[in-house]
Amino acid sequence: MKRFSIGRLIIHIILVLLSLACIIPILFLVSISLSAEESIAQYGYTFIPKIFSLKAYQMAFANPTEILDAYKVTAAYSILGVVLSLIVQSMVAYPLSKPNYKFKKITTVYIFITMLFSGGLVPSYIINTQYLQLGDSFWIYIFPSLVGAWNIIVMRTFFQGLPAGLTEAAKIDGANEFQIYLKMILPLSTPVLATLGFMTLLGKWNDWNTSLIYIRNTKLYSLQYLLQRILREAEYVKKVADTSSAGFINTDTLPIETYKYAMCILASGPMLIVFPFFQKYFTKGLTIGAVKG
Amino acid sequence: MKTIFTRNESRIPFGRRGLKSNYRAKETIELFVLTLPAVLLLLIFAYWPMFGVIVAFKRFNPNAGILASEWVGFQNFEFFFSSQDAWRVLRNTVLYGIDFQIVGLVSALALAILMYNVRSRAALKFYQTSMILPKFISMVLVAYITYAVLNPVSGIANQLIRAFGGNSVQWYSEPKYWPFILTIVEVWKTVGMNSIVYYAAMMGIDETLFEAARIDGANRWQEIRHIMLPELSSVICILLILGMGGLISGDFGLFYQVPMNIGVLYPTTDIINTYTFRGLMSTTNWGMTSAVGLFQSVISLILIVGSNLIIKKIEPANSLF
Repeated sequence: MKRFSIGRLIIHIILVLLSLACIIPILFLVSISLSAEESIAQYGYTFIPKIFSLKAYQMAFANPTEILDAYKVTAAYSILGVVLSLIVQSMVAYPLSKPNYKFKKITTVYIFITMLFSGGLVPSYIINTQYLQLGDSFWIYIFPSLVGAWNIIVMRTFFQGLPAGLTEAAKIDGANEFQIYLKMILPLSTPVLATLGFMTLLGKWNDWNTSLIYIRNTKLYSLQYLLQRILREAEYVKKVADTSSAGFINTDTLPIETYKYAMCILASGPMLIVFPFFQKYFTKGLTIGAVKG
Repeated sequence: MKTIFTRNESRIPFGRRGLKSNYRAKETIELFVLTLPAVLLLLIFAYWPMFGVIVAFKRFNPNAGILASEWVGFQNFEFFFSSQDAWRVLRNTVLYGIDFQIVGLVSALALAILMYNVRSRAALKFYQTSMILPKFISMVLVAYITYAVLNPVSGIANQLIRAFGGNSVQWYSEPKYWPFILTIVEVWKTVGMNSIVYYAAMMGIDETLFEAARIDGANRWQEIRHIMLPELSSVICILLILGMGGLISGDFGLFYQVPMNIGVLYPTTDIINTYTFRGLMSTTNWGMTSAVGLFQSVISLILIVGSNLIIKKIEPANSLF
């Protein structure tokens, strides 16, 4: 096989360009957040700040209540949501992985139907807000999305691959099913639990729909929903500017435009830094989904 | 997925039933208890709303609740389909669905083929990590990026146009550009991740098939056409079936966040999901809004089951269920 060829070089050039097309837009946001408001007004957004300034971050830190609240809410429901859904989903996946569980077939069909058909937005909204009183409550972030059919199927497939002899041996030693699930199945399944847990965490961290539909109390906004409001609502930014302008000299231009991007970086930065370390789980998550179980 | 509906393989022989049945009953109860939380949660959050779709056949009265509201038959459906929005919303949903399926499949396959030809592990890791990045960020962040590019005054797109002597384009008030913008954004966000699925499948293809073809004098294109694509057909079919439901639903995040819910853009950006969302938020005519949602769910079900049936007819091994 040839070590080098023109064809291969072209392939690398294309792939490098595509990779840059994926990274640069995100760095672009960072650059805007570090630009001076005057520089934006004069030159427009630039890939490298023409006039460097930290004022946007200054303004963000002068008035941190909103973003801190959103951080707390998002972190709380993300962690709780991930832990609870891993527990509930693995609990149901274990019996389904046993070939001789009596209600295996009916439970599988029961779960599978939820993948094919859903009631839709309006009935869910009516039930969640009027019957279950979950509207404008922290728990709306947790309960409705706790169980996902796809995750259950992936876990079940993984459990089926565990050596059956182990659980048989535990059985003979007198262990009941709860003990087997807790002491054997869970510890043996950390790879699949980590992968699915990470995927769930990502979905929760990036969630804005739930706040958009159900939350009116500004203290319960998720991070991404807060960002959406900052992007779209000029009055919101004006309000922040008014309350935090005390720290600025009158002649300064308030960093209205760059403030949006600074908030954007503050909200997403940590996740973007963590990302490369978890990328392994992320790709694995997709490929287990794609392989027929 | 193949094994979803397998039969009970291990039945206890008749003679030993008496002895074992007590033990078996205990085991069944324990296992059943383990399934209970998930079963109950699905009952409340999946099945209850499924029965709640009867709202679509009622004039919903918030004070009376779902059951006590007055039946109106198919009036809600008639109301929607005779409205001006119906054609626009349905056309957009279906056309974008088809567009994304085709462009998505072709671009992901092409990218996977490029990656398949990369020998260096380090380079490959770099390409894959950076191209997955867009999948990793929220749609709100994507909206920020789109805004940074398309902002009429300071955006990059207009800076470029002006640099070449053109006039600035008001992107956020010109619906005609949005089919392209949304397709680009969709591909940008998903292609890296989707290509990894195909790449993983390609890595599973027996290398000797390619060697044999090369000995027979096949060129690159013939290798792809006659070996790679047939070998990948199973993965492609599964993703197509799963995507079929998407033909009629569309990604709410993409269509709500990226065009920022601007009314002037509705002619090319409004899909069923954004329409029902606005219906839920702005009107009290929830009966009609849920009729649209029910219509969508039913069509999506038909599409998934139908495409699965067709694929089962052609090549049973490639069907999803």
